Amino acid sequence: MDTPTPKINPKEEQYINAKAYLSEASTDSGYNLYDHLSSCLTKILDERPENVYDIFEDISKDRKRSKFTSNVDTVQDKIDQSTEVALAIVQRKLFARGDGDEADQEPDEDAETPLPNLMELSFFFEQAGIGLNREEVIRVWMALKNLVESHNLQHVRFWGKLFGTEQNYYVAEVEYREGEEDADEEEEEAEEQHEEETTEKDDGEEGEEEAEEDDTPKPEFKPPPVVPREENRTGPNKKTYFVCNDPGKPWTKLPAVTPAQITSARQIKKFLTGRLDAPVVSYPPFPGNESNYLRAQVARISAGTHISPLGFYQFDEEEEEEEEGEGRDNFVENLDFEGLPTKEMTDPILSSWVHHVQHILPQGRCAWWNPVQKNEDDFEEEDEEEEREEPDEPEPEVGPPLLTPLSEDAEVGNMPPWTPKMSSNLIPQFAIACMHSNLWPGAHAFAQGKKFENVYIGTGHKYSQDNYSPPAPPAIQEEFPSGPEITETEDPTPEEEAALRAAKQDAMEAAEEMEDEEEQSDED
Amino acid sequence: NAEYMGTEQKTALQVSLASVKQKNGFRKVYFWGKIMGSNNDYFVVQGVTDDYLKNRKTLYSLNCMEWNNLTVEVTEKLMEVAHKVRGRFKGDPAHEFEIVEQVTKDGEEVEDTMTIKEEERLACVIQMIDCEGAVSPRGAFKLTPEGNVMLNNNFQGQEMTDASKLSSYFHFYPPENLFESALLAKANHDKALDFLTPLEQDIPRGSWSVQQEHSNNLVTLRSLWWPGLVGYNIINQPKFGYVYFGTGEKNQDLPFML
Repeated sequence: MDTPTPKINPKEEQYINAKAYLSEASTDSGYNLYDHLSSCLTKILDERPENVYDIFEDISKDRKRSKFTSNVDTVQDKIDQSTEVALAIVQRKLFARGDGDEADQEPDEDAETPLPNLMELSFFFEQAGIGLNREEVIRVWMALKNLVESHNLQHVRFWGKLFGTEQNYYVAEVEYREGEEDADEEEEEAEEQHEEETTEKDDGEEGEEEAEEDDTPKPEFKPPPVVPREENRTGPNKKTYFVCNDPGKPWTKLPAVTPAQITSARQIKKFLTGRLDAPVVSYPPFPGNESNYLRAQVARISAGTHISPLGFYQFDEEEEEEEEGEGRDNFVENLDFEGLPTKEMTDPILSSWVHHVQHILPQGRCAWWNPVQKNEDDFEEEDEEEEREEPDEPEPEVGPPLLTPLSEDAEVGNMPPWTPKMSSNLIPQFAIACMHSNLWPGAHAFAQGKKFENVYIGTGHKYSQDNYSPPAPPAIQEEFPSGPEITETEDPTPEEEAALRAAKQDAMEAAEEMEDEEEQSDED
Repeated sequence: NAEYMGTEQKTALQVSLASVKQKNGFRKVYFWGKIMGSNNDYFVVQGVTDDYLKNRKTLYSLNCMEWNNLTVEVTEKLMEVAHKVRGRFKGDPAHEFEIVEQVTKDGEEVEDTMTIKEEERLACVIQMIDCEGAVSPRGAFKLTPEGNVMLNNNFQGQEMTDASKLSSYFHFYPPENLFESALLAKANHDKALDFLTPLEQDIPRGSWSVQQEHSNNLVTLRSLWWPGLVGYNIINQPKFGYVYFGTGEKNQDLPFML
């Protein structure tokens, strides 16, 4: 039977025409508007975003774009995973326990570990409004644990975090057990001595050659003697420092600091980049690369901002009197310390906190070294030295002795050097006392009862109200004063020469005439 | 990161900002940052109504509970004086800073004293930081056909490779000489998205430090002109922002330090 074709409504006809038009494939891309609109509307109805009217164009764009990017996606994903996965692998080691040997021994919970209770300290710092976030602290803690296990250390502290332009530094302050450090140090010293010997030999040879030639004038300039660095465990090298860029990455030991580096670091202001071997380009030239600069800044910050409540440390009274001129540089914990009330610790007079790290003298050391000592190497030139004017004996540099209270600190601009704060004004009974340094912004300390700690989180620069300006270049050396003995006489001009010749000629003729006359008179 | 808010202050913020938002009719309130003075700190928030860029209202507080409108109008003259002030903020809005300068007036050297109140200095510094430090990722905001700047609802966050490039970030501040630059020459330039000054053109080169942190899920941009200004951008999530925790002093030694 024939099914009769239904009469097509004119409206339906329009609809079919419209749909056919919309389904026309575009000549460029091969997609048609009908499918596109239907997919957009499907998406909208599925997701029901807010303010659809405003974002309609964006949805449309997205649908169009999504048809093209499928090829590129896989490549991008691979790149992303590699960097993330690499870092995760590194940090996974942090959470792993020790090797198979150690796993047999049960962990001895009573054993003293040099590891600090970082979580507790970070809780206190959080109250004060400074510090790192929790996850970062856990990672740093694990990294410190690794450090403790790999080296034999007596004491470990999280010193702080320094920002760099490319990467940051996490610094750990470490004290070796007695005798342990010497093993590492001996190797280093042997290398240094070897280098010194070779340079001395060269100098010796040159000296002999110079003594033979006496023609060329020898410059009288002697470079000022290099101030020797202090031994390990004394002065700025009292503690050793390890750094790493990220917790989980290996810890690198920072080299000991020399006084020349400290004096140089005091004159420049540079950002750290995050790479230990980066050169430090500055004026005056810094002797070393970034690891030395970092170590010098760490030493300055420690000397300037490590403070403790008054009475926590005290001088050991059984020690013999030190030599004159050297301050005491050792102290012990006071076992009877009971803690000071928080109100006293936040007193603006700042008398209840003391420095427990020695101040670094302008020379760059903690114990002054007299540079006018006569060395054994200078025997040949002793005579010359006595002939020259002896410079006046430089005055010994003195710094504030150990355990000086903060009230003696110099003011910064017109501000007190430290700002004390209570962590909470609303519950003062349980508040902790915090000190923020104004001279080294980023140095903080807190104390509560018997606990206290210092930390530094910042860029490693000192604060100064005025702009930094590099030191001026040294004055130009003066020339030998010009006097008559070295002034060249001017050559005579041609006219003068001619006049002179003419005059001479006349004189000779006159002389001849005279002689002739004399002869004539003699003959007569 | 480094400085942050003590727990007590954080909770106080949450409590007080809710009422601030309602009182002022803001659409959103942003925590701008904290300027540390030698005695006290200023906490600053900004509220936005319709346009995210223009007409941002700034409020400040000393204790996170009572907020005062910063109604100071920043004129050019005021900005000049603010540029010359040195030293930390005191923490007292009524404090007056005095600057003494040697100026030649009519051929004679005369000392010119200018004073500026701390509140005015605060307003100037906030504007300076906004102008030079406020950052937003490309694509996060768009310019609507009406001329308003709105959050781009379609912004899904950036991939790691995009987010670690300095070229994907803009200054979030009304641009000055935008179309004179070579911006239009870029291939994927989109007038709705690229209406702000890019960070790449900042002088000197290297005044922004881009770092990936937090096991590679977060990218931070640190400004070296304003130490303490940190912009952040969470990978693949439309979460971004900037905050300032610092002393309110520009780092004038930057050219020496790079």
